Amino acid sequence: MQYQARENMISETYTIPQLDMGQIRSDFPILDQIVNGKPLVYFDNAATTQKPRQVIEALAGYYERTNANIHRGIHHLAEKATAEFEASRRRIQNFINARLPEEVIFTYGTTDGINLVAQSYGRTFLQEGDEIIISTMEHHSNIVPWQMLCEEKGCVLRIIPINDAGELLMDEYEKMLSEKTKFVSVVHVSNALGTINPVAEIIKKAHEVGAKVLIDGAQATSHIDIDVQALDCDFYAFSLHKLYGPTGMGVLYGKEAILNAMPPYRGGGEMIKEVTFEKTTYNELPYKFEAGTPNIADVVAAKTAINYVENLGKEAIADYEHHLLRYATEALSSIEGLKIVGTAKEKVSVISFLMDGIHHQDIGVLLDQQGIAIRTGHHCTQPLMHRFGIPGTSRASFAVYNTTEEIDHLVAGLLKVKKMLG
Amino acid sequence: MTINETQDELIEDFALFDDWESKYEYIIDMGKQLAPLPEEFKTEENIIKGCQSRVWLHAETDGENVNFEADSDAIIVKGLVSMLVKVLSGHTAEQIAQADLYFMERIGLHQHLAQTRSNGLASMVKQMKTYGLAYQSLNS
Repeated sequence: MQYQARENMISETYTIPQLDMGQIRSDFPILDQIVNGKPLVYFDNAATTQKPRQVIEALAGYYERTNANIHRGIHHLAEKATAEFEASRRRIQNFINARLPEEVIFTYGTTDGINLVAQSYGRTFLQEGDEIIISTMEHHSNIVPWQMLCEEKGCVLRIIPINDAGELLMDEYEKMLSEKTKFVSVVHVSNALGTINPVAEIIKKAHEVGAKVLIDGAQATSHIDIDVQALDCDFYAFSLHKLYGPTGMGVLYGKEAILNAMPPYRGGGEMIKEVTFEKTTYNELPYKFEAGTPNIADVVAAKTAINYVENLGKEAIADYEHHLLRYATEALSSIEGLKIVGTAKEKVSVISFLMDGIHHQDIGVLLDQQGIAIRTGHHCTQPLMHRFGIPGTSRASFAVYNTTEEIDHLVAGLLKVKKMLG
Repeated sequence: MTINETQDELIEDFALFDDWESKYEYIIDMGKQLAPLPEEFKTEENIIKGCQSRVWLHAETDGENVNFEADSDAIIVKGLVSMLVKVLSGHTAEQIAQADLYFMERIGLHQHLAQTRSNGLASMVKQMKTYGLAYQSLNS
């Protein structure tokens, strides 16, 4: 009933996308549990999404039937493991529409991918006085690797400012670009605000001055269709655990010619062609960036996560999440004293908010007592929090398995928090 | 009252509550009742930074006993801080350094102590004990 009542509150009319929610929710076993005496409401999806049964089974199945070290073995299991591992690479190539499978480098996650580019590309091709552009809304993982590089090489870090809605000031960005700009590294979707940045335009403008571009796609891949060739980005980094896949596994996409020009970042097994004490020659792409035994099981299970997402359909997911975003924006705005931080026109299903006179940590603790999981704090975006003059926010982020009923629980939970702390 | 007597008293107080709301309302009340730390003591030196909330801890000794004053910008943490102050403040340096703090776990609030990075409470306990040890060595 509550659902209907709130449904009527939505001011604009639009068709509510139809997904088989009963089926989807039953695909995620973790959701069916009681936390602090209440049914779990999981709204911390921007931190990590839950995993469907299919992914969990793929992971267990790999260890039950396939496990072996890959690439050099000549026995049956090694060949099977290698085939599954490389099939994941091609699946991901297809998912992001990369030109070649070897443009897909397996990493430990988005942070690892950004560090790889900063250390390998940055240390080789950037020099003193060169400018690197990032934005105010970057996650620390897309700030600190560049600061480290700037300290070492004497490069200059420049920051694209934002407006009060949490959108990049594109005019200011354009003014920053010059022949000194050698690298631009910008987040596709803000983890703290949900803003979708106009990355295609950012990339185009950067290329006009000859700069290379990395896009931090950590928060984008579960919400938006990614086509690295259409975007024309030089690098694109993301993590599978935010895409219904396993933890500890990510992807760095890079254009073949650029990756070929870059030196290896870590030394070890797998990444070599021949080793002598006098001289070592390196393996080809993608292996020269994959030193040591990789995270085989998680890579193998990653393709199941991608299959899951594509079976539901990226567009259907985006439409449904947009519905959740509109519903939640309206419902949360009805709470007196609640202010949403991040009101960009283009947003994914992430809502950061403040409540008058209430510390975000208190909100998080009291919602947890009601079985509701949100994230509170600075979201690893301290410079962005400084820009808004706040120490942190409370953030609810929605995934495809969330429902409007759960949003009603959140609203009721927040009203209780308000009553207790008022 | 000894450190353990105060701990036992808190455990008894909390045993009266049978739902989370009354338990947390009590903690919130304790937080509200804790006298705010004078601004002069809210220094960088006295701050214990958690990832989300901040705790300030100021210690003084009259030669015999150590007295603590503390504050936090989050009210639930402030309530928890007030309990720690109540338990440990006014005892000798030696008693503080050797105290076995079991009340949080018995009350069922140990998850707050475990969240080292988010609220700084675990660091606060460590800091209180460090003061105990420091004053103890000064006294001897």
